[in-house]
Amino acid sequence: MAAVYSLYIINKSGGLIFYKDYGSAGRMDTNDSLRLASLWHSMHAISQQLSPVAGCTGIELLEADTFDLHCFQSLTGTKFFVVCQPGTQHMEILLKHIYELYTDYVLKNPFYEMEMPIRCELFDINLAQAVQKDRVVLLGR
Amino acid sequence: MQFFGGAEINPSPPAVTASGNNAHMMYIFNRNGVCLLYREWNRPLHTLNAQQDHKLMFGLLFSLKSLTAKMDPTSVEKVNLGVPQLPGQGCSFHSFRTNTYKLSFMETPSGIKIILVTHPRTGDLRESLKYIYNLYVEYVVKNPLYTPGTPIRYELFNAALDQYVRGLG
Repeated sequence: MAAVYSLYIINKSGGLIFYKDYGSAGRMDTNDSLRLASLWHSMHAISQQLSPVAGCTGIELLEADTFDLHCFQSLTGTKFFVVCQPGTQHMEILLKHIYELYTDYVLKNPFYEMEMPIRCELFDINLAQAVQKDRVVLLGR
Repeated sequence: MQFFGGAEINPSPPAVTASGNNAHMMYIFNRNGVCLLYREWNRPLHTLNAQQDHKLMFGLLFSLKSLTAKMDPTSVEKVNLGVPQLPGQGCSFHSFRTNTYKLSFMETPSGIKIILVTHPRTGDLRESLKYIYNLYVEYVVKNPLYTPGTPIRYELFNAALDQYVRGLG
């Protein structure tokens, strides 16, 4: 039972390299999404500093009043995060799958420059399919 | 944001799910960012001195709140990022989880922020935070010797708090 509102991918320095909206209310302009992405990057880093135990790797799940934010950080520091309906399950799997798509269709694309915004058609198509599977419920409303 | 009715000034403590001490530490901030109370039960790692730690924690909560208010996918009218908002305005958050801890957060209508840091696999603590807020009202706000905005130093409150948090699952 999943409903994804939006997906962000940020590079290791906090710059937004991919943003896709799947139907959240109220449009966000490019500047807003860039700001949110870099703000998330800093909050992720600060949360590691505040850990009471050693070995913290940052926020994995943020539960807000109206949405959940699931974040996955790859070993290279690229962060993937989805905003979804509260209580949505299996988002870790979706994020890992998106990471797989990213390595297959973005990193293996010889025309892609590292850390730069993602403009790869094949990635878009496969991503749409991956998220679509999760969005059937939302579309049915 | 939920406001608390007068009918349940002192509800019985929420059911405790398991025994054992899962809590790491707790903070209470007022609306100006003054740390009224800091309790520590189990914190092996200190990266900063106490004052810096409190400032960083308040800053994190403040920024996360503006992030959630801006990101809220269900509201059409959103204020710009960083515009200060009154307690209860805009979309807030109630917890976040990392691989090493879970932070539960509650803000009261008066802007008091209660933060509890526990083991990452702790369940929903919203009711527990409400109970802690009730302890604060009973033992601190109703104490005639307490000046609002000053650090809390009351044995009875600390004892009640310790006892309650120790029982948290």
